[in-house]
Amino acid sequence: MHDLTPLTALGSGAPQTDTIGPVTISENPDSALVSVAARLGQEAACARVLAAILGVPAPDVAQFVQGATLGAFWTAQHCWMVDGPDDPQAGLSARLKAELGDMASVTDQSVGWVRFDLQGDGLGVLFERLCNLDMARMPTGSARRSVIEHLGCFVLHRDGGYTVYGPRSSAQSLHHALVTAARSVF
Amino acid sequence: MIINHPLLGPCDAQEFTYLGDARLIERPDGMADGAAAAFFDYAYLRENPAGEHRELWFHEQGDRSWLVVTRNTLTHDIISVELARDVARRQGRSA
Repeated sequence: MHDLTPLTALGSGAPQTDTIGPVTISENPDSALVSVAARLGQEAACARVLAAILGVPAPDVAQFVQGATLGAFWTAQHCWMVDGPDDPQAGLSARLKAELGDMASVTDQSVGWVRFDLQGDGLGVLFERLCNLDMARMPTGSARRSVIEHLGCFVLHRDGGYTVYGPRSSAQSLHHALVTAARSVF
Repeated sequence: MIINHPLLGPCDAQEFTYLGDARLIERPDGMADGAAAAFFDYAYLRENPAGEHRELWFHEQGDRSWLVVTRNTLTHDIISVELARDVARRQGRSA
């Protein structure tokens, strides 16, 4: 085996954290991300099994839910992304596939995305500068896809902060956009 | 321009890409008699109305749904927005 050193999406050994005014922007490399797309005719059954896995009902349109260990957000009709800590033995996607079987197409997307967690006051004002979303219509528990700095990103309004999932290959551009917007606001 | 997405509510037209006439849903049966003529019509002939026009729009930077948007080409008013899947299903084109 090669002795390789894992790097985060921003290219260093440890995740980066920036504090700008009241806002903290932290890279989160520990979360796995798996898409679940219900197959035709299996939509209701898939949502039921997903709810059993999460411990809470599968998220409705533009919603985000957080179960005991896993969270999930709506991406399209009968499609969801599941995020949470990776299963150390089998991997999160293999675990979901084992439970969902032929009800859904399950794809591990962990390495395709970079996750930034934003915390602090005034994040609504920050996102108004970054994307098209109407932050007044984004209460806690909302999840939408939008464009930030020409990049298609998911924006999740969690309890106590926001999460942005963006394309990993453009992690530095997205990070630059978030930091620049934060500096212009605070 | 704001498109009132049936699931997500008002969305900026910047998030969408435009395909064209919603008649593209009505793809003819390639095995039927006169299929060549039907495909010629389907591929090349379009109405170009000054007024109400049904169009296919793709929510590329959102939930990637296809929409049928009925729009007035004179005033740019959007009269109705439906999921293309629902339109196709009403025509018996999807399970």
